[in-house]
Amino acid sequence: MFHVRRVMAGISRDEVLHVARLARLELTDEEVSKFQEQLSAIIDAISKVSELDLSDVPPTAHPLEIANTWAEDEPRPSLPLDDVFANAPDRDDDYFRVPPA
Amino acid sequence: MTIDTLRLTAEEAKGLLERREISGAELFAAYAEREDDLHAYLYRCEDPGGDGIPIALKDIISTKGVPTTAGSKILESYVPVFDATVAARCKEHGLRLLGKTNTDEFAMGSSTENSAFGPTHNPWDPTRVPGGSGGGAAAAVSGGLAPWGLGSDTGGSIKQPSALCGNVGLRPTYGTVSRYGAVAFASSLDQIGPVAKNVRDCAYLYSIISGRDENDSTTVDVPAVEVPNAEDLKGLRIGLPKEMNDAEGIEPGVRDAVRKAIELAESLGASVEECSLPLSVDYGLACYYLVAPAEASSNLGRYDGVRYGLRSDGADFREMLMHTRHDGFGDEPKRRIMIGTYALSSGYYDAYYGKAQRVRTVIKREHDAAFEKYDLIVSPTSPTVAFELGAKTADPLAMYLNDLLTIPSCMAGLPGLNIPCGLSEGLPVGLQLVGPQFAENTLFRVAHALEQALAFDVVPERLR
Repeated sequence: MFHVRRVMAGISRDEVLHVARLARLELTDEEVSKFQEQLSAIIDAISKVSELDLSDVPPTAHPLEIANTWAEDEPRPSLPLDDVFANAPDRDDDYFRVPPA
Repeated sequence: MTIDTLRLTAEEAKGLLERREISGAELFAAYAEREDDLHAYLYRCEDPGGDGIPIALKDIISTKGVPTTAGSKILESYVPVFDATVAARCKEHGLRLLGKTNTDEFAMGSSTENSAFGPTHNPWDPTRVPGGSGGGAAAAVSGGLAPWGLGSDTGGSIKQPSALCGNVGLRPTYGTVSRYGAVAFASSLDQIGPVAKNVRDCAYLYSIISGRDENDSTTVDVPAVEVPNAEDLKGLRIGLPKEMNDAEGIEPGVRDAVRKAIELAESLGASVEECSLPLSVDYGLACYYLVAPAEASSNLGRYDGVRYGLRSDGADFREMLMHTRHDGFGDEPKRRIMIGTYALSSGYYDAYYGKAQRVRTVIKREHDAAFEKYDLIVSPTSPTVAFELGAKTADPLAMYLNDLLTIPSCMAGLPGLNIPCGLSEGLPVGLQLVGPQFAENTLFRVAHALEQALAFDVVPERLR
């Protein structure tokens, strides 16, 4: 079973901030505290996979045994530009406009 | 003509339309005029015209010109400029879109309470959840708001809501239904599938949406779908994985209803035997909650405030990006993005994601071995009946446990079907049938025979 354990293997506050930065997520101080507690419990539970020695078992990335699905290499029209930009928050002619990098 | 939207099946609706006993407009109106006091829909459509059967689509499925939010604030104002392949196939068959149904944000959840637009209520008891993530479609079908619908299932999001709402839901074999235009959560697990009032409708809808699609290179050709007629189960071999039928946390009422259904299967001629999936259940959840968040953290990278979706203010590009994702994502996507990023990050990859991929191989092998002896395996779909709204929202891990019995087969890409098999505390109990890859016809045949014998009344008691 997947026991709901409350003993924290833990993820530190700095690790939460590091992961959030990698994922480009701004977090408030309050969120950092809340997620630190919740993620610690989740990571503790999913760490269960480390109990198994599976060095002889190959990984599975995909449930079907299919390889190289080819399509005909024929040009087809792309979406009209007005469709491409229909949901854009900001547009400058044929470009998506963003704040300075 | 008065239409009982709570009882009318899609097949019966098709008959009424073909015999011209009702017009397409009258049929559409019968559903459209019903008050949505369950909050099953996020958006209801005007009658698009035509003479086909109406249908509801989960708001994960892109619909041209019709808002598609995935239950997220980050897509609140998004209107697709193209149809998902399944939406296009429904249109080609004349099916008319009633609306877009509620979902946990990005299909992440087991109660539909993670929707940014508020929860859906269970038609059997509105103080309870309809399950999730496809609680909107399941509630619409059982609540008389749609004859049938399409959901999406990553770790149980079709099967579990069908169990909690008392209807029939199929998670098809991975690769049988195109994911093109479905808002991506975890691409090696996501599958679209039908939700219906009975097994024949479920099979018919599956025949409409399945098959290879040049826009999704993971799709394959599918055996011809047989709409089932069989009423006995002679020669059928059923395995009962003990880890799935005796798992800690299965409510006694759920266990009893499932046991009775299995006895019924035996009386219809099936042979039933206990079997074992030693590691699949024990390690399935941990495996899933590594693989799915890892893929989600990658898939949700696309929400950057540039091409579509919400954009928040920021002094520079990076600040805009971080603010957009902070403001646009709810807590559950944030948690999963962070777990996935953590599991994929330098120094942890082998211990978490790499290990989970090997567990996935073990799960697949264990199921393969079971199907050498059995035509299908059977268990409860959900360990519990529908729970109270708010009961599990404060504890993400407790919520994840709802998926204990649906997850293992999802990891192996196997088809799974839920049928209602009885009541516990006045609420529906779901029976899960799982077969080898591409065994949908077997699932339909067996489920149909059981459905006839069980004679479960799919209309919620309080609405009869």
